[in-house]
Amino acid sequence: MELSEVFYTKFSGAYNEFKLEANGQAPFINKWREEGYQRLLLDGIPHKQLEDWKYSDLNKVLDPAFIQLLKKPTYTFRLEDIFRCDVPDLDTQSFTTLDGWYSDTENPLQVLPDGVIIGSFREAALKYPEIVEKYLGQATKTAEDGLSGMNAAFATDGMFIYIPENCVVEVPLQIIDIISAETDLLVNRRNLFVGGKNSVANVVVCDHSLTFQKSFTNSFTEVFTENGAVFNMTMIQNSSNNTSRNSSVFVSQKGRSTATINTISLHGGFIRNNIHVALEGEFAESNLHGLYLGDRNQHVDNFTIVNHKVPDCLSNQKYKGILDDQARGVFTGRVVVSRDAQRTNAFQANNNILLKDTAHVDSKPQLEIYADDVRCSHGATVGQLDTEALFYLRSRGINEKEARMMLMFSFAAEVVDKITVPALKLRITDMVEKRLRGELSRCNHCAINCC
Amino acid sequence: MLKIKDLRVSINNKEILKGISLNVNKGEVHAIMGPNGSGKSTLASVLAGRDIYEITAGTVEYNGKDLLDQAPDVRAKEGIFLGFQYPVEIPGVNMMTFMRTAVNEIRTHRGLEPLSAKAFLALSEERKTLVEIGSRFDGRSVNEGFSGGEKKRNEIYQMAMLEPTLAILDETDSGLDIDALKVVANGVNKLRKPENATIVITHYQRLLDFIIPDFVHVLYNGKIVKSGGKELALELEIRGYDWIKKEQGEN
Ligand SMILES: Nc1ncnc2c1ncn2[C@@H]1O[C@H](COP(=O)(O)OP(=O)(O)OP(=O)(O)O)[C@@H](O)[C@H]1O
Ligand SMILES: [Mg+2]
Repeated sequence: MELSEVFYTKFSGAYNEFKLEANGQAPFINKWREEGYQRLLLDGIPHKQLEDWKYSDLNKVLDPAFIQLLKKPTYTFRLEDIFRCDVPDLDTQSFTTLDGWYSDTENPLQVLPDGVIIGSFREAALKYPEIVEKYLGQATKTAEDGLSGMNAAFATDGMFIYIPENCVVEVPLQIIDIISAETDLLVNRRNLFVGGKNSVANVVVCDHSLTFQKSFTNSFTEVFTENGAVFNMTMIQNSSNNTSRNSSVFVSQKGRSTATINTISLHGGFIRNNIHVALEGEFAESNLHGLYLGDRNQHVDNFTIVNHKVPDCLSNQKYKGILDDQARGVFTGRVVVSRDAQRTNAFQANNNILLKDTAHVDSKPQLEIYADDVRCSHGATVGQLDTEALFYLRSRGINEKEARMMLMFSFAAEVVDKITVPALKLRITDMVEKRLRGELSRCNHCAINCC
Repeated sequence: MLKIKDLRVSINNKEILKGISLNVNKGEVHAIMGPNGSGKSTLASVLAGRDIYEITAGTVEYNGKDLLDQAPDVRAKEGIFLGFQYPVEIPGVNMMTFMRTAVNEIRTHRGLEPLSAKAFLALSEERKTLVEIGSRFDGRSVNEGFSGGEKKRNEIYQMAMLEPTLAILDETDSGLDIDALKVVANGVNKLRKPENATIVITHYQRLLDFIIPDFVHVLYNGKIVKSGGKELALELEIRGYDWIKKEQGEN
């Protein structure tokens, strides 16, 4: 469906201004943007009549009024003053984006001592065009639509990470994405992460919001793992319930590489997470783990596609959700095993607990298997807290609230336990516990009000 | 200590307990026996506060207070302990975290300081020796993957930790080999105090060789149809329940 009139007026105005701004960017970037823009005009914003968007209505949350030219903002505060992420023992190297812009203007792109290149995506396209051009759009091209088009056309900036061959990055790389809008806002952010041959890296992405302004973030991330690379990414979604987001992660994996994506959704009004994995090389392994805790009117939709294109790959998906009040959860997990992908192992599970009967979840596993030698399993459950277990705990003197907490927490722990960096696991354990207790899940010394 | 008067209990409109009366005084051990499905576990669950049952008539008084309007955790804090016939597996809830939370909630209720991690461990070690479980449960989830016998030992370990006033043990002997039975019975006996009472539900005389009851009751079809001393258990062992069923049929 074409872009509607009201969106067209807004977007075309912004795009013309944006093009002027965009002078000085690499020619291949400008070409890529133009293609994206044309795609946006052609396809428009995904709507509810599309099967893949049946449960999540973007038109309810993406207001044309959000669309404006996003110049690099000048901030009146010092980041260090308001944001102190005191992740205990989590000795990370942190990098921040503000409203889609890389925040460190003085030092937009760094080469760390171990050779890792990290910083502004925009800057990387200028400094390392041979890398960016090689990868950019290669993973997303399998599923271009109006959203990916919008992202290409309007992406202000984002993160670029390049892990060189054989490089083992000791400390996690932490990316803090902040929405600090003083007006309602549409943010398009583009990330490009490359794990070179036999490299190992852990990336943590934390989403926060500083204000209670309405916003829509359209974030696209491409992850490439070369042969033998190990790439773990944990995304923590913890923005105010006035924020909405589409987060699309496209993973393209070469042989014997492992990519693990953990998605922890704590706060945020409307969240749609798309993860597309293409297993392109034999013996590649994909792990997708998700935990979503929703209450009030939160809407969390996880949509995954794992594409087994070649033989001997393994994929694991584990998504769990606890929904309270009027919260709405969606899980759609598509596993495609192509004709040649013999000896595929593909596992998928989605388990949900509804705390009130006003909460709702739709769970849809979809298997498309064209090979014959395949081990595949999938299962979806929706239930309440186990009343027998609850009684057992209470019969030992544990009050109802605490007993429920223990059960919810143990349910969530199965996902949190998949996080392999011990300090990060501890930190997320703490955040999940606070979230379940209805406390603010933020770091102790942080001034950010996420929820 | 416990006064049950004409207790009637239904589930899904089916009456299971049809007027039970029973008095338990401190220091006493009562054994409840009876054929399968007669309502023994139902009685135990109702006393512990399981809320799936409908109480249609009768009263239960515990230490002078109405028991039936108390939440299960309050009952536990007030000293009631149920050793489950089928202990529930709770994946993801660490056994020791669970026990420490329980012990400290109960201590707080009794006006005692919560135990530090260290003090808790020391107490736990001491009580574990009572049921000879060593470190088998450490680092594991509550009952998850425990063998039948281990689950029963775990119930007694928990009882030892919580120091109840009234312990209700529902077939704690079933599934135990003879050595384990002795260990469990020994544990129960060591925990007996003049101010406490115990209700043991069992099918077998052999447990009662170790835990000697003051009274034996036969529960049949939702009613206590016979009460006596420990010799009643022996008689049941020899003659089975047929004569009781017959007697009841005649009435
Ligand atoms: N949740 C339930 N729903 C329906 N019927 C139930 C339920 N719980 C118990 N009953 C019924 O109540 C009756 C008594 O059950 P109960 O478990 O109390 O027997 P019991 O004396 O403990 O038997 P056993 O010796 O086999 O342990 C049985 O007929 C049982 O089927
Ligand atoms: Mg029973």
